[in-house]
Amino acid sequence: MQLVLEKRAERSRTIALVSPLIAIGLTLVTMSVLFALLGKNPITALGVYFIAPLTDGYSLQEIAVKATPLVMIAIGLSLCYLANAWNIGAEGQFLIGAVAGSWIAVKTQGTEAGHWVLPAMLLAGAAAGALYALIPALCRVKFGASEILTSLMLVYVADLLLDYLVRGPWRDPAGFNFPTTAEFDPVATVPLLIEGGRLHLGSIIALIVVICAFVLLDRTIKGFEIRVVGVAPRAARFGGFNANQLVLVTFAISGALAGLAGIIEVAGPIGHLQPGISPGYGFTAIIVAFLGRLNPVGILIAGLFLALTFIGGEQAQITMKIPLDVTKVFQGILLFYVLACDSLILYRFKLVFAARQVQSGAG
Amino acid sequence: MVLVEAIILSVLAASTPLLLAATGELVTERAGVLNLGVEGMMIVGAACGFGGAWLSGSIVVGALCGIIAGMLMSLIFAFMTLGLAVNQVATGLALTIFGIGLSGLIGARFVGERINTAPHLSVPGLSDIPLVGRILFGEDAFVYLSLALIVAVWWFLYRTRAGLVLRACGDNHISAHALGYPVLRIRMLAVLFGGACAGLAGAYLPLAYTPFFIPGMTAGRGWIALALVVFASWRPGRLVIGAYLFGAVTILQLHAQGAGVGIPSQFMSALPYLATVIVLVLLSRARTGGSTAPAALGTVFVPDR
Amino acid sequence: MMKRLLGAAAALLLAGSIAGVAHAADKLKVGFIYLGPIGDLGWTYQHELARQALVKEFGDKIETTYLENVPEGPDSERAIEQLVRAGNKLIFTTSFGYMDPTLKVAKKYPNVHFEHATGYKRDKNMSTYSARWYQGRYIQGQIAAKMSKAGVLGYIGSFPIPEVVSGINATMLGAQSINPNIKVKIIWVNTWFDPGKEADAAKALLDQGADIIMQHTDSPAPMQVAAERGKLAFGQDSEMIKFGPKAQLTSILDTWAPYYISRVKAELDGTWKSEDTWGGLDSKMFEMAPYTNMPDDVKKMAEETQAAITAGKLHPFKCPVVGQDGKEVECKGGDHLADGQILGMNFYVKGVDDKLPGK
Repeated sequence: MQLVLEKRAERSRTIALVSPLIAIGLTLVTMSVLFALLGKNPITALGVYFIAPLTDGYSLQEIAVKATPLVMIAIGLSLCYLANAWNIGAEGQFLIGAVAGSWIAVKTQGTEAGHWVLPAMLLAGAAAGALYALIPALCRVKFGASEILTSLMLVYVADLLLDYLVRGPWRDPAGFNFPTTAEFDPVATVPLLIEGGRLHLGSIIALIVVICAFVLLDRTIKGFEIRVVGVAPRAARFGGFNANQLVLVTFAISGALAGLAGIIEVAGPIGHLQPGISPGYGFTAIIVAFLGRLNPVGILIAGLFLALTFIGGEQAQITMKIPLDVTKVFQGILLFYVLACDSLILYRFKLVFAARQVQSGAG
Repeated sequence: MVLVEAIILSVLAASTPLLLAATGELVTERAGVLNLGVEGMMIVGAACGFGGAWLSGSIVVGALCGIIAGMLMSLIFAFMTLGLAVNQVATGLALTIFGIGLSGLIGARFVGERINTAPHLSVPGLSDIPLVGRILFGEDAFVYLSLALIVAVWWFLYRTRAGLVLRACGDNHISAHALGYPVLRIRMLAVLFGGACAGLAGAYLPLAYTPFFIPGMTAGRGWIALALVVFASWRPGRLVIGAYLFGAVTILQLHAQGAGVGIPSQFMSALPYLATVIVLVLLSRARTGGSTAPAALGTVFVPDR
Repeated sequence: MMKRLLGAAAALLLAGSIAGVAHAADKLKVGFIYLGPIGDLGWTYQHELARQALVKEFGDKIETTYLENVPEGPDSERAIEQLVRAGNKLIFTTSFGYMDPTLKVAKKYPNVHFEHATGYKRDKNMSTYSARWYQGRYIQGQIAAKMSKAGVLGYIGSFPIPEVVSGINATMLGAQSINPNIKVKIIWVNTWFDPGKEADAAKALLDQGADIIMQHTDSPAPMQVAAERGKLAFGQDSEMIKFGPKAQLTSILDTWAPYYISRVKAELDGTWKSEDTWGGLDSKMFEMAPYTNMPDDVKKMAEETQAAITAGKLHPFKCPVVGQDGKEVECKGGDHLADGQILGMNFYVKGVDDKLPGK
């Protein structure tokens, strides 16, 4: 007996809609078994994970806050991946963006600087992220060095640079030498959307980014180029598209978005620069990009959904004493199922019982 | 001279888990599969390896448990990416998240326990030779095993027909398929080998390096192993150099600090990563007939019917 | 339109938050935010032990909850607020990096009491607590100087924050009181927790001639390396003698239980108020593990020093304290350095042959 995939003539639209539901169904069954094994009531546990966070405004707001950087980074990454450029180092670009933007905040601290500060910070963050992303892109275009590796290595470098700055030159003078800058001035802070809440302007920016990406991919020639280069590099070459240039462009865009997400996170929910500003956003965003099928709207949904599991995981720890490790396992299983079910869009699964035939002739 | 010997010994120990994990990933990638879940497989290998050794009292049993755990993890990956043609990057990352959680659950009951470390070899007479004795004859078995393994992998890839077929699958799966080779089955074996190596590398940490289990004890070594494979441009010889170079820079920066070299420690810590980027650029530039990435790396293959 | 939408959302939020607060149960709910996994054998583990002690002490009167592995970034504010909304009335946030998030949440929920470990920002409903670990380091310095044959100590630093720097200085002052020519080699590993790296650092220090290992990182790996090499070491945070039965001289044990019990008691009695607690040996904010693997005379000396510090007769930073540059440090605390100077310590004392990172 053997599992065989058969390519569908075209993407199945029905399955595209149904597959997430199948995946969630399978996850629910698997997790129910796991919860039962742990001696927890599966129904209650699943309610805490999936339903409870959606029932009150506070959790909804937190989901949006958590999803904001994920969505923003993932949109940039999806452009890269569509164009076959493998940026794995968004985490580093996120950090560098945060550092560059914070530089302005630190330098203007306590001065009369006006409302130009925040826009300047956001620009600096995006620019720095783009420049940092261009290093691996240039290494690939000029020297043929694998961008997967160089972008990943530069994550560590960015992390250590941030660490050095906040423990050394940028340390809050009034902070007993603890490794953090002083709280940013109000003009250097991303405004909140709701008084007393945590939802901030960054979420609106993320939505705008989603819309822009949608327009870019669907309605412009550049978007068409990106897609063609990714799917059919040879055809693209004949069509006169410059693949190298696209690597640079998509890396720059994704770096800029990651950098922007970084400075928004620092100037928004955190309020100052410190080590550990990212709990792995750059890496989680890779998953978000794929969960969202590299499609802007899909990414928005995927980002919100993943954020939901984080919030739900915390509530499960609080209300049901379910260890955090279970949440990680749960996220892993969920991702497996979603990815596996998405495979149904392109392929039909068939079980073959006969002995396997050796195929001959090029496919 | 004693200090030099001591440094070399530390470098050997620090490099061994990297070399083990990278060896497995090298074979996997040579077959055309990119498994980014090394960190996840390693940490599960660490938890199961320690658990096995603690329950049985035997390092060998522990190592076997680590290997089996790594293989089971990689089986998930193989099923997803080869069986269901799912994107490899996303699956690998999901495997890491899953592995970190799973290792925490498995390891919870072993936290705080301790075992005896894997014994170091002792060959009467030979292990006492000054300078080289301990290096050549006095380390734990994993160190030599990792070197034997990479030699075996080199021999397999370049000197056997099966190795040639495996490389063919990685370079052009369509042609390999056309020639009648079972691409998916070969890739699955390569992925399983990668899982076994990652599991063993993970088990090395609690069995020989720091003999206790703590959640998250792999501390990113799986990612470094991945980087090393690319750094080595997928060649076993360069992989050994890369692993030991990385280990050496890590250890030497600690020694430089202890000796009072006044450079910010963050810059020293960043050195291995910067060195990797620079060496990679130089290697890619020179590219003296050396192989670069397997052409089909990371791409999905579904045999036509 | 946008405005109306926002208004509706705000109303929804308000309703949500009222509902969340209204769920207060009869039992006092006490929440904890942990940095690491509860099984880290170090920092978080000690807080978890104290939480268990609370449960034992108060039984049915309280209900405790914890969130583990909460990173010190943007997630921590949400985690703290989640605990508030789950009805916790007293919340311990157990790492320095939670300072600003705790403060933000504290301002938002004036009726909930917060306890933040090792920070310096306070509010009406937010206390801080920490321990004078440098006292223990001074004792360790004396023991190390007595026990070291080479006269060289190996010190594994995590990050050059004042707590760690003051630990190094106290160690050196203690050691110098025994052997003025004592040397210390310092390696910063830039992590609180990476067993492999900590082991590598310990090996490097031993290879360079140090024969006593002191650590300000959390895992027992350095202790094991010392044990394997037949050298001596000091534990950190928790009892580590299991990992080096023949190596551990003593260990600084974070014993949060007495403090936690007193704070919960105050909360139950309705006498809780915001305080700044920086307790030492006298108030049992930390303890020294039994003095082991040393001759009786060294043990006696250590016990005497401990008694003197506990009684307030000996201050590790008694003036004059001479800095690395040979200049005397301004004495702001009478006959010893002021607490503020120790809390913000950013210099090495004379005799430390190293450059302080970031200076």
